[in-house]
Amino acid sequence: MKRVALSGNYAVAYAVKMADVDVIAAYPITPQTPIVEKLSEFVADGLLDAEYINVESEHSALSACIGSSLTGARTFTATSSQGLAYMHEVLFMASSLRTSIVMANVNRALSHPLNIWNDHSDAMAERDVGWIQFWVNSVQEAFDATIQAFKIAEEVLLPVMINLDGFILSHINEVLILPDEELVREFIPSKPLFNRLSPKLAYTIGVVGPPEYYYEMRYQIIDAIERSRKNINEVNREFGELFGRTYGNISTYMMEDADYALITMGAVSSTAKIVVDSLRKEGEKVGLISIRCFRPFPKNDIIEVFEDVKSIGVLDRALTPGGIGHPLFTEIVTTLYDSSKIIPVQSFVGGLGGRDITIDDFKQMYKIIKDVGLSGRRKPCIYIGLRE
Amino acid sequence: MLEIRWHGRGGQGVVTAAEILATAVVNEGKYAQAFAAFGPERRGAPVLAFTRINDNEILLRTQIYEPDIVVVLDKSLCNDNGVGRGLKKNGIAVVNTSSSPEVLLNIFPNASKIATVDATRIAIEKLGVPVTNTAILGALIRATRIVKIETIENVLKEKFKGVLAEKNFNAVKEAYERTLIFDRGGLL
Repeated sequence: MKRVALSGNYAVAYAVKMADVDVIAAYPITPQTPIVEKLSEFVADGLLDAEYINVESEHSALSACIGSSLTGARTFTATSSQGLAYMHEVLFMASSLRTSIVMANVNRALSHPLNIWNDHSDAMAERDVGWIQFWVNSVQEAFDATIQAFKIAEEVLLPVMINLDGFILSHINEVLILPDEELVREFIPSKPLFNRLSPKLAYTIGVVGPPEYYYEMRYQIIDAIERSRKNINEVNREFGELFGRTYGNISTYMMEDADYALITMGAVSSTAKIVVDSLRKEGEKVGLISIRCFRPFPKNDIIEVFEDVKSIGVLDRALTPGGIGHPLFTEIVTTLYDSSKIIPVQSFVGGLGGRDITIDDFKQMYKIIKDVGLSGRRKPCIYIGLRE
Repeated sequence: MLEIRWHGRGGQGVVTAAEILATAVVNEGKYAQAFAAFGPERRGAPVLAFTRINDNEILLRTQIYEPDIVVVLDKSLCNDNGVGRGLKKNGIAVVNTSSSPEVLLNIFPNASKIATVDATRIAIEKLGVPVTNTAILGALIRATRIVKIETIENVLKEKFKGVLAEKNFNAVKEAYERTLIFDRGGLL
């Protein structure tokens, strides 16, 4: 075990190296990340015995990953923003073909206007592709989630996307506890994985699915991702035993007696905790929920912590123009509907295209959440930090 | 918590300086963050980087608006008074310039301590190129004692290979020796 200062990008690269992947396929140019740059170094320096395939686009990167994963090779790729968007149609194939690909997605905004900075537009546009989605709050979590992702993906035969906030996590150097490689291997041994493509067995994959079959094939994803909930919990428990750290599907902060809760996803959750601390000192009973597992959505975990809450705020960092609510807000409201609880939920949007979400922004959100709790009436979505 | 804002120009190694310092802090057992305000990167364009230092885990992930310390790697950036913006009362400024520190009082009215060093000249002497990031680290350490100079040496040895690490550490040491400090008697 080593205590180091490392960026989110390199933390993921080290996790992938320690997972002893067999194949990495990546498009090497913008909007690519230093994750695959570091991995290509590992391979070139002989530190990682893997096939590194430089391809001509993200569409091809993920296509190569599908072929690789179907042969039973442990497979990884990374991308960001427009790169993820360019993978769109192949993302569906990766889940439908029940591959075990692990992908790190460094969350960045989509054009137009051209913007390289952080928000959640890229991954939210891909929420329905049948991938498991994790969202992390720190460089340590990015490392740990990557290790867990390989185990989950290989057990449930569904691809896993790890989302780490662009720049806020990808390009920050902070403390990382880097475990010994042997411990990581013990957690995810390098073993022959489920292999469907082999020269020894004539087989066709990715054929036409006429109306008689398509529906059932697609339903398999529903079945698999629902069943994955059990694996995700179990993998997290095993991870805790070996590494001494566990992460729930959600993480909660000061929720035990909270009257007013804010729900966030990704790195800003960390800043929000500071605001919870300072408001608690002023006597405000506020709490925070951070969603780590967005797909499958942890409905039951969330309902449990809502016991006596008076009002809730949801911070989205992506838009659903013309929808009833933005992506995370909609999930939370639907969760509440199923719980038969009536709690007003206030929608917020913030931090689009890299706009900083400040301490004052969070204070403002908590003030509004309290007002909504007292009046019992929510307002239309509030766009925090938007200039008029 | 101690917050540092670095000002430099693309190609001077501003982000690397912020990272070297953060790594040194972490190696001494504390917590640190190093990050940059990324923009369209190009040589010569103004670049901002940040380092946060704390005894405990750092949760804050916003940009730094009111730094305790400002470090300027390129004197020409002082022409725009933005380098002094938000500097906390009793803060510290460290500037690469051949002038004496008193000259900069109007740019950093809040500073209790101003340190100057001709980092460009030292970089050319010790490295052969005007990359001022390691030299300015020497001045920063002299003015603040944030980390031990030996810790920086070890980080440089990990980051750069062979003779380059040695040359860079020579720049750090030389700048440490040649730094001029104007002290009004502040907190740090």
